[in-house]
Amino acid sequence: MQVDTTSKSPSQGILRSALDAILIPFLAILTAVILGGIIIAVVRGNPFLAYYGLIQGSFGSAKALSETAVWATPYIFAGLAVALAFKGGLFNIGAEGQLALGAVFSALIGYALPEWLGRDIPLIIHLPLTIIIGMAAGAFWAAIVGFLKAYTGGHEVINTIMMNYIALNTISYLLNGPMKDRDPNNVIARTPLIADSARMPAIFEGFRIHWGFVLALLIALLVWWILNKTTLGFEIRTVGSNPDAAKYAGINVKRTIIITMTLSGMLAGMAGALEVTGLNFRHELGFSIGYGFDAIAIALLGKSHPLGVVLASILFAAMRNGATRMQFLTQLPVDLISVLQALILLFVAADAIIRYIYRIKSKGERVVLTRGWGG
Amino acid sequence: MANKEIVLEAKGITKKFPGVLANDEVDFDLYRGEIHALLGENGAGKSTLMNVLYGLYKPDSGEVKVEGNLMQLDSPRDAIHHGVGMVHQHFMLIPVFTVTENIMLGAETDHRAKPNEMPLVKLDRKEVAQKVAALSHQYGLDVDPEATVGNLPVGLQQRVEIVKALYRNAKILILDEPTAVLTPQEAEDLFRIMHELTDKGVSIIFITHKLKEVLKVADRITVMRAGRVVGTATPKESTEQSLAEMMVGREVILTVQKKPAQPTDVVLEVNDLRVKDVRGLESVRGVSFEVRAGEVLGIAGVQGNGQTELAEALTGLRHIESGHFTLSGRDLTGRPPRPITETGLAHIPEDRQRHGLVLSYSVADNMVLCDYYQPRFSRGIVIQQNQVDANAQKLIKEYDVRTPSAFVSAGKLSGGNQQKVIVARELSRPVKLVIASQPTRGLDVGSIEYIHKQIIAMRDRGVAVLLISAELDEIMSLSDRIAVMYRGEIVATVDRKDATREQLGLWMAGAHETASSPA
Ligand SMILES: Nc1ncnc2c1ncn2[C@@H]1O[C@H](COP(=O)(O)OP(=O)(O)OP(=O)(O)O)[C@@H](O)[C@H]1O
Ligand SMILES: [Mg+2]
Repeated sequence: MQVDTTSKSPSQGILRSALDAILIPFLAILTAVILGGIIIAVVRGNPFLAYYGLIQGSFGSAKALSETAVWATPYIFAGLAVALAFKGGLFNIGAEGQLALGAVFSALIGYALPEWLGRDIPLIIHLPLTIIIGMAAGAFWAAIVGFLKAYTGGHEVINTIMMNYIALNTISYLLNGPMKDRDPNNVIARTPLIADSARMPAIFEGFRIHWGFVLALLIALLVWWILNKTTLGFEIRTVGSNPDAAKYAGINVKRTIIITMTLSGMLAGMAGALEVTGLNFRHELGFSIGYGFDAIAIALLGKSHPLGVVLASILFAAMRNGATRMQFLTQLPVDLISVLQALILLFVAADAIIRYIYRIKSKGERVVLTRGWGG
Repeated sequence: MANKEIVLEAKGITKKFPGVLANDEVDFDLYRGEIHALLGENGAGKSTLMNVLYGLYKPDSGEVKVEGNLMQLDSPRDAIHHGVGMVHQHFMLIPVFTVTENIMLGAETDHRAKPNEMPLVKLDRKEVAQKVAALSHQYGLDVDPEATVGNLPVGLQQRVEIVKALYRNAKILILDEPTAVLTPQEAEDLFRIMHELTDKGVSIIFITHKLKEVLKVADRITVMRAGRVVGTATPKESTEQSLAEMMVGREVILTVQKKPAQPTDVVLEVNDLRVKDVRGLESVRGVSFEVRAGEVLGIAGVQGNGQTELAEALTGLRHIESGHFTLSGRDLTGRPPRPITETGLAHIPEDRQRHGLVLSYSVADNMVLCDYYQPRFSRGIVIQQNQVDANAQKLIKEYDVRTPSAFVSAGKLSGGNQQKVIVARELSRPVKLVIASQPTRGLDVGSIEYIHKQIIAMRDRGVAVLLISAELDEIMSLSDRIAVMYRGEIVATVDRKDATREQLGLWMAGAHETASSPA
């Protein structure tokens, strides 16, 4: 073996690896956009006008930008939740249920706590408490799954799906029953509005963008820091990459699994809590449908990297948000966006197609099927 | 090999990896029916060259001809088509599949009437099983087509790989360090099979670090160093010493030099330990012994007699059924690895890719795998990356780990260099006891020399060493006392100076009725 004189510094390595990480998702998006354009043309639409509408509708004005950020906020939190679990070797399909529970409990604390105490609560206490309870609800729900995985080996995919059903049906009951908005005119399954002291102040008057978006970016940074710079992150990643080596290294694998699920659920719960405190000021059945599932797509597209998750979230948000404008300009159905998203995902997941189309050599390690020895 | 007909010829193979020139203008040829041994230091580029021949890596330049025909250089399919088969350093089998299913994988019979018809692939299990049985019989491989691969011992898994290659009509067989994981008996069987194959016209490329084997089975020997071929020799004109020098480029001292041990306090005390293996069978059956500070206790024995389970139990990786053990006077029976490590244990695990490394982590991160949270590397919960990197720089230098930098992932290192990462990490920690399972497996002679020196140096500093090795040579040269394990029991313990290879061999084979046990 000889070492090249052009041996690189670690910072170059990081840049290089970041580029490698971004290349496939970028090409996947590009390919999906081209293919999407062809589909639009086939159904006799104008692809250029459609994409123009999409971009204008998502980034073309202050209002459009604000709305894109509004869409992106829960995506980022829920995407981080799924990504963090991925890093720990866990597949959290339950973000949807954790998120909804977070929203419901936030709403409960938001509207009911002043009633229970019989007095107003200052915002500085009420708002954080409302968010924290939402986070705790999500965390608790996911922790159960983590516990089952650690101590019984029960697979988290099955259990998070089960827990989703339990959560979503319970919520449906709560919103139609004990927690239903008692306004005599209300026929919708929704909670009452939360108190002013549990609401986040607006960032810009007249726009719906709220501090939750800023918080989401900060939390993304925090998740990155925890994963890459702390002993806890080291433990989570080690358990995720090689549980046997983690055990050998003295890491408490069971505890780490539970912590990972708990943190993941906490992030999902936060997504719900911020929808309530920052945007809707209540929870309504149907407000959160699909965020938790889109989050899986977002985590995959973002390669489970917090920065990737933020970018993927903004992309998904832009597509959802720009769809109306696209429809208005071209009369194409909004569902086209789902097709586009599906195409992107397809190409990210089946990256062999992308590697083939663009002749990119795979440089990942080969799959080791049995662990023999050596390398 | 009477006629020197060339079946495979590689010319000017150059292969670069980021920061590494793994193969540099390598020429290599193989005669029909010969066993051609490939020797070289860890990281010399042997596996890389073989991966090029097998079409897994596309070289930056060079060409390969098989029986005069140019081979397409980036497709294992084409390699297989030309009759090249490979048994990798790590196997590529699916553990939950049967032997037959593994062999069918990727070689499903293609039942097309005409070549341009839609491929109609049919999985004809019976037909394959019959052919596997026939091959197995023909070459004396003794492979059961219906066995589940995961339940087979490594020696047999390896033969499944060989059958797999033969099933695809391999005429040229590449064996990458096949004997590293075999017991001496299994290795003997393999050599017999290899000769059986060459008699029938198969040509074999054989990679190993064991010079004795090379001298015994090879017809020709090619030595690589730093990506280049430095010479070709025949066993007749070579000795272990001359081969070692050719590989390393300097004189290698093949025997370990050490002073008599000065054992003091008992560090590890094991009392009537009973442990079950993965299948739930009792594989450590009432083992008792002690290791003192400043001595090396070697556990000899044919692999699979409970050594693995013993090491795993003592390091907290495996449940202990009954009995107990103390480390520095603390009873640590049934505790998880962390408290044991913190009491002063370093552990070189037997299965390096499973326990010893996180292959996707950088070399630097792997070098703190057990210590990342210690004040040396972390302030509170924050890992001090500069400390981690400095530690890696130091160890890479000390232990001569051949890697382009501390930041490449461990999975990109050659097999032997992966092992060195683990050994460097474990032997550099401040500990009272070292449990070393097959510490030099897959290492070249130069590295073995260095690691043996380190182990003796630790002993002389007052560390207790429990050495578990399938290499009788290693046991003989490092140990101060030797215990022999047979069927889960320690059947004899002797001082090194009273031990003979013959007697140890007998005990290892189960002839312990006559054994005295002066512990
Ligand atoms: N996939 C890879 N990516 C980057 N570098 C690699 C890769 N494979 C091998 N190398 C580098 O190429 C060099 C040669 O490695 P190779 O595996 O061929 O060594 P080897 O002679 O088989 O050694 P060993 O005896 O330890 O198995 C090493 O320095 C290794 O780090
Ligand atoms: Mg190798």
